[in-house]
Amino acid sequence: MTMLTGLTIAQARDGLDKGDFSAEELAGAHIEAVERVRHLNAFITETPELALDAARASDARRAAGGALGAMDGIPIAIKDLFCTEGVLTTAGSHILDGFVPPYESTVTANLKAGGAVMLGKTNLDEFAMGSSNMTSYYGPVINPWKAADGKHRVPGGSSGGSAAAVAARAALGAIGTDTGGSIRQPGAFTGTVGMKPTYGRCSRWGVVAFASSLDQPGPMTRTVRDAAIMLQAMAGFDAKDSTSAPRDLPDFEGALASGVKGMRIGIPNEYRMDGTPKEVENLWRKGIQWFKDMGAETVDVSLPHTKYALPTYYIVAPAEASSNLARYDGVRYGLRVPGDSLDDQYELTRAEGFGDEVRRRVMIGTYVLSAGYYDAYYLKAQKVRTLIAQDFRNAFEDVDVLLTPTTPSAAFVIGEKMDDPIAMYLNDIFTVPASMAGLPAISVPAGLSRDGLPLGLHLIAPAFDEITLFRAAAALEEAADFTARPGETGE
Amino acid sequence: MTYIIEGQTGDWEVVVGLEVHAQIASKAKLFSGSATEFGARPNTQVSLVDAAMPGMLPVINEYCVEQAVKTGLGLKARINLESVFERKNYFYADLPQGYQISQYLKPVVGEGVVVIALPGAAPREVGIERLHMEQDAGKSLHDQDPRRTYVDLNRSGVALMEIVSKPDLRSPEEAGFFVRKIRSIVRYLGTCDGNMEQGSMRADVNVSVRKVGETGYRTRAEIKNVNSIRFIMETIEHEAERQVEVYETGGEVVQETRLYDADLGLTRSMRAKEFAHDYRYFPDPDLLPLVLSQEYVDTIAATLPELPDDKNARFISDYGLSPYDAGVLVAERETAEYFETVARGRDAKQAANWVTGNLFGALNKKGLTITASPVSAENLGALLDLMADDTISGRIAKDVFEQMMDTGKAPGAIVEEKGLKQITDTGPIEEAVDRVIAGNPDQARQYRDGNGKTLGWFMGQVMKATGGKANPKLVNQILRAKLRE
Amino acid sequence: MSLDTETVRAIARLARIRVPGDAQDELANELSNILGWVEQLAEVDTDGVAPMTSVADMTWPRRDDTVTDGDCRAKVLANAPERHDGFYTVPKVVE
Repeated sequence: MTMLTGLTIAQARDGLDKGDFSAEELAGAHIEAVERVRHLNAFITETPELALDAARASDARRAAGGALGAMDGIPIAIKDLFCTEGVLTTAGSHILDGFVPPYESTVTANLKAGGAVMLGKTNLDEFAMGSSNMTSYYGPVINPWKAADGKHRVPGGSSGGSAAAVAARAALGAIGTDTGGSIRQPGAFTGTVGMKPTYGRCSRWGVVAFASSLDQPGPMTRTVRDAAIMLQAMAGFDAKDSTSAPRDLPDFEGALASGVKGMRIGIPNEYRMDGTPKEVENLWRKGIQWFKDMGAETVDVSLPHTKYALPTYYIVAPAEASSNLARYDGVRYGLRVPGDSLDDQYELTRAEGFGDEVRRRVMIGTYVLSAGYYDAYYLKAQKVRTLIAQDFRNAFEDVDVLLTPTTPSAAFVIGEKMDDPIAMYLNDIFTVPASMAGLPAISVPAGLSRDGLPLGLHLIAPAFDEITLFRAAAALEEAADFTARPGETGE
Repeated sequence: MTYIIEGQTGDWEVVVGLEVHAQIASKAKLFSGSATEFGARPNTQVSLVDAAMPGMLPVINEYCVEQAVKTGLGLKARINLESVFERKNYFYADLPQGYQISQYLKPVVGEGVVVIALPGAAPREVGIERLHMEQDAGKSLHDQDPRRTYVDLNRSGVALMEIVSKPDLRSPEEAGFFVRKIRSIVRYLGTCDGNMEQGSMRADVNVSVRKVGETGYRTRAEIKNVNSIRFIMETIEHEAERQVEVYETGGEVVQETRLYDADLGLTRSMRAKEFAHDYRYFPDPDLLPLVLSQEYVDTIAATLPELPDDKNARFISDYGLSPYDAGVLVAERETAEYFETVARGRDAKQAANWVTGNLFGALNKKGLTITASPVSAENLGALLDLMADDTISGRIAKDVFEQMMDTGKAPGAIVEEKGLKQITDTGPIEEAVDRVIAGNPDQARQYRDGNGKTLGWFMGQVMKATGGKANPKLVNQILRAKLRE
Repeated sequence: MSLDTETVRAIARLARIRVPGDAQDELANELSNILGWVEQLAEVDTDGVAPMTSVADMTWPRRDDTVTDGDCRAKVLANAPERHDGFYTVPKVVE
């Protein structure tokens, strides 16, 4: 039965359709895998009973000739930032202790309506703030990939649990959220595909908010095709989210086979940064060659404000977070630390409930919005953001898609960079610019580092042009032919 | 009629600006689908959005936008085609999100003007600074438990319009008239029910004082959440006196938030030890800028009803009413409509007298509003018609009106039922007159001796004899003729 | 921008996060470093540039004025650490 966990979503879908195995068998195999990789700490909450119930229901539908679609019976993992009705939802934070939402996020509701089977809720950086999964109240996640030195690596973050679960064959796919790279960076660190849709493509309703103008749910899978299949089931207009795009969904999977002949691939000069390791540079160069070999044209482009994207992000995201996290006050849900007065209770609850990184960002955000500093920080950042978005618009007048590295390095050792926030922030240097502009982007595993750890290449497309993004990503995946597997799996 | 506070050091005047919070008359809240009804059981009109559960998002109620625009047009104000919702960040027990969604730098409505007319003074324009939309907070109950504050979020997220005046008001009376005028306008427009008892309208009052003749403004205090016109006027009076005293004893007025204590008749400083507010406003990233088209605004403008000022002018010119009567009749849209139904095609002044006199008196006695009047405008009109065509006399009309008030019946039916139709046949009247004269020879003699007053007494006797139904004009004629015989 | 501990205390107070006295210096340091780093934005010429107000280029979505929600007290109170008689309760607030 272990083979079932090695399938792609597309293969599992076909196997279920043909009756090669049942959804219950598929779920059972994954429940066992989840248990086997428990030491990776990828899940905060496992929901095996719910999974089996859902799988049996799926089998019943299929037997009656009424399968719901590509995701019917597919076991997946859910980042614990999505509110799930009746199931503990923590956002990786102490402050949400015991919180059981009486509601279901739109994205997970869409997936469940499509028959997807939830295996559990995955670990993440607290409130999705981090690039290592080390800020989780529930402890760090161990990357299933092993390096020669034997030291545990981080799976990246913030969707580290989801990435680890998919890489370790403990789920056929997972969903994450990406604010500045939280899907793509862990994708790169775990040799999986991490896709951030255009801002507005997937509803944010029921997703614990970090930075509202940036947060975007997306699929995390082992293949580009699987990402397309999952996105199809997750995305769509939601009248409950004012920033959800009222657009029809194209057929994402249908775009994959089109190839990239004649496609114009932009190579942004500004992503060649000092200090980027040779192996990353080399992989990027390889990627450029692969596209040329496949008949695409590569074009040098300039995104002049690239270097400012990260500092801009570290003003805008904390500002929004400082306000979004004000609701965690110990009154209506979660942790309450009693105090003598209401203010006392607020301060004690939030001091105990938030970890260091969240506290840091809430305080930075509070500061940059405060009287006398708003113009110099927040307003300035929003202006630079306009320039960053303009850079991309200019580039996309000339090219169809941009190719960059996903991360400036492979996965680092657990515990590193924790006392140097800025070094940690630099992990997202290649992923943040697309986030600032709301653009769709994807990380595709493309090679291994010297240490045998996966590295990803990153594609960025114009807003709502996921079709082009998937086309390019499928071609890149084929060219890279990434077949390496992590050392630790649930198989 | 200047309002002057005579101090030890000279005369002071008061400078007042108001922020009127008017609840938009919508069924659902500004950003959620919860109900807004007054008086519901605690936390029963609260959605997951209103309770700020994690991941909940606001979606604007379009009707509320329309009402805000409509109100802006009613205040003759500029409508901003692009406005932005921002977050006003602060912590409080009844503010579940930790911020209030409000409009700050870019409100939906800009500058406008309202005219107030105090009795005996020329009408005066009061500037409107802006109108913006915002969410109401929930309610904290401090008196339910000795150690706990109870929080009810039913009001949390209810749509408010904050109407901000310029500091153009110079007396408690002016402030009172201004609020009445705003209330009248929003009621005409139907955008707010103006019900201050239920908290649908309340005001923050900004008060400062300055020496008469001084230009520029001194430091102001803001008195929060004053919920009746009387209290608004009282609080201005007390706060102005307090400030004068502070200055005259060598002190300085500090900019602060105060509360009005109606029982003690004074204002007191609120949250005294609180450090400076810093609301950290920024555009709400969960909402898009509110972009309206000129066509949208024009469409709303086309539906605007005639507003009190225009109606007032028309009542004076078309109906020949006194400014006072016109003012009384236009204050409420329903009253004005009632009056016009009565006055249409009839003697307008008589209609005005009946509405402001008999009708108001009777409604007042019964504690009813005009919309609940047992006497419909149509029936009151019919009553006037019965007088006009001499079917009944004015005196009978008053009796009939009373019965209409009690029964809600049409006047014709009452006249018919009770046989109150005026006697206009000379025969029966002559008979009655003859009988009365014959029975009272002394009085008849007095009349003939030149005591004209006796005629009135005879009128009374004849009317009594005919059960009040005789046509007084005929009685008069016949009496004069017969007494002279 | 170098933050002093007094500013850190003020921010902590605004954010309602109690920061113990012995942690304030270190936090001031950390925050100063981050702020110093983001201040490189000052070198970008943003004259005449409009701040971004929304990533998504679309018209505002709206809801009708109908009551579709609320009346779910059990749900909204279910997770409350403390409640009484249908109310949320907090330590007494003195106005």
